[in-house]
Amino acid sequence: MANYSTNEFKGGLKIMLDGDPCSILENEFVKPGKGQAFNRVKIRNLKTGRVIERTFKSGESVEGADVLDLEMQYLYSDGEFWYFMHPDTFEQLSADAVAIGDQAKWLKEQDACQLTLWNGTPLSVTAPNFVELTITETDPGLKGDTSGSGGKPATLETGAVVRVPLFVQIGEVIRVDTRTGEYVSRVK
Amino acid sequence: MSRESNNAAWRPCAKLTTLQIRAQLLRQIREFFHQRQVWEVETPILSRHGVTDPHLRSFTTLYHEPGERHGQVRYLHTSPEYAMKRLLAAGSGSIYQLARVFRNAERGRWHNPEFTLLEWYRVGFDHQQLIDEVGVLVQQLLQPALGALTIERVAYAELFQQHLGIDPHRDQPSVLRDCAVAHGIIPPPGLSLTERDPWLDLLLTHCLQHQLGQSGRISVLYDYPVTQAALARIRPGDPPVAERFEFYVQGIELANGFHELNDPQEQRRRFEQDNQHRRLQGQATLALDEEFLASLAHLPSCSGVALGVDRLLLLATGQQQISEVISFSFGRA
Repeated sequence: MANYSTNEFKGGLKIMLDGDPCSILENEFVKPGKGQAFNRVKIRNLKTGRVIERTFKSGESVEGADVLDLEMQYLYSDGEFWYFMHPDTFEQLSADAVAIGDQAKWLKEQDACQLTLWNGTPLSVTAPNFVELTITETDPGLKGDTSGSGGKPATLETGAVVRVPLFVQIGEVIRVDTRTGEYVSRVK
Repeated sequence: MSRESNNAAWRPCAKLTTLQIRAQLLRQIREFFHQRQVWEVETPILSRHGVTDPHLRSFTTLYHEPGERHGQVRYLHTSPEYAMKRLLAAGSGSIYQLARVFRNAERGRWHNPEFTLLEWYRVGFDHQQLIDEVGVLVQQLLQPALGALTIERVAYAELFQQHLGIDPHRDQPSVLRDCAVAHGIIPPPGLSLTERDPWLDLLLTHCLQHQLGQSGRISVLYDYPVTQAALARIRPGDPPVAERFEFYVQGIELANGFHELNDPQEQRRRFEQDNQHRRLQGQATLALDEEFLASLAHLPSCSGVALGVDRLLLLATGQQQISEVISFSFGRA
């Protein structure tokens, strides 16, 4: 993997730090008029998601991280791993529970997900921003209620639970924003 | 929409109202020195010599004598210091200059590779007297924006002692490193453990600088470690200190000044030390400016200071980065 000097530290650059792949968020140049120049860098550890601050001497080099964002199709899960397929090469990859994190509840077969790979292995998975899922369980709503006042919990086919308006019923397909976990609309 | 009208990169980075305030500041500065009978000079931007300071990198360009094919290296000055001292040595008396200066490899929120320095020298002043004068000018120029500011002098050692509990003149690099770690800084890879200055710079920029010049104050740091003397005199004592000072307002370094060294032998020794440092770092060494060294024997006792005009304007207009006070910053120049 290539080395990158502090002057190449731009937002989004992936580097290795303490053995972990990281993504640069911000890079500030700091230099006393008569003294050592530094780069104060904000970095996200892609394994833990934590944001840390590090300082480098200006001009120091750091090893790049072989990190790649790929769009892949979700196939299925065997409970231990989640399997994905590259839409062009049909190559398959499996992600473990750590990489899937809280995204598992949004994954529906065939959906296109964003996978972040480190050395070819999934580090994290991001579900599509919007998913369309069928309601498998919810209390029957009151007839004629269209206001959505307060709403009610509904369990979706993937196991996720979201609040929906009272008029939405079992068997209906709804659109959900996976970033907020909120109901968006019914899908006809 | 046509391609031309869509492209806004021809526009200035700074608002025109900001540039008008720049014009006012320049006029006030000239008036300030006119009142004090300090006269304005101009010195060459291009020089046959570059600075030896290992932390400064000069821009270079090639000069071709008429008909000459290969050309000779010329350096764009990083400050007008050497030429102004040669004028002082020739008997100019107190002088000032508003100079456009160039520093390679310095670009960021507070740095533009080309910027404006106000540099002045006061014959017969020591650094404390010059601090008074810089203070009056900065107070005057920032008064409309920031109100009445008070000058707070802090010795370099006192600042480090008070806030970090270390002695910047004597503590070993390992002690300074431990202090950085104790303040949540992971030691930058490759920072020399045989020198104290990089660690002092680290602690100053990361732990101390942001609190300087806050709540209606202008902070003046003075009496630096002798290893950071640059072109300042060293005052013997226990410990000996460099008669150097810096101004800070709202955490921003604004000016750097010296009670000027006028001992050619000592200056030559420091230049050679710079070159030695450059060799160790794998940087190119530089030929010494012999005309400058020769002039030092005639330099009257004086103090001098360089003040960043762009940063001053930044404070006077409440902007957040240097590109907002420059007509066309480096990326648009």
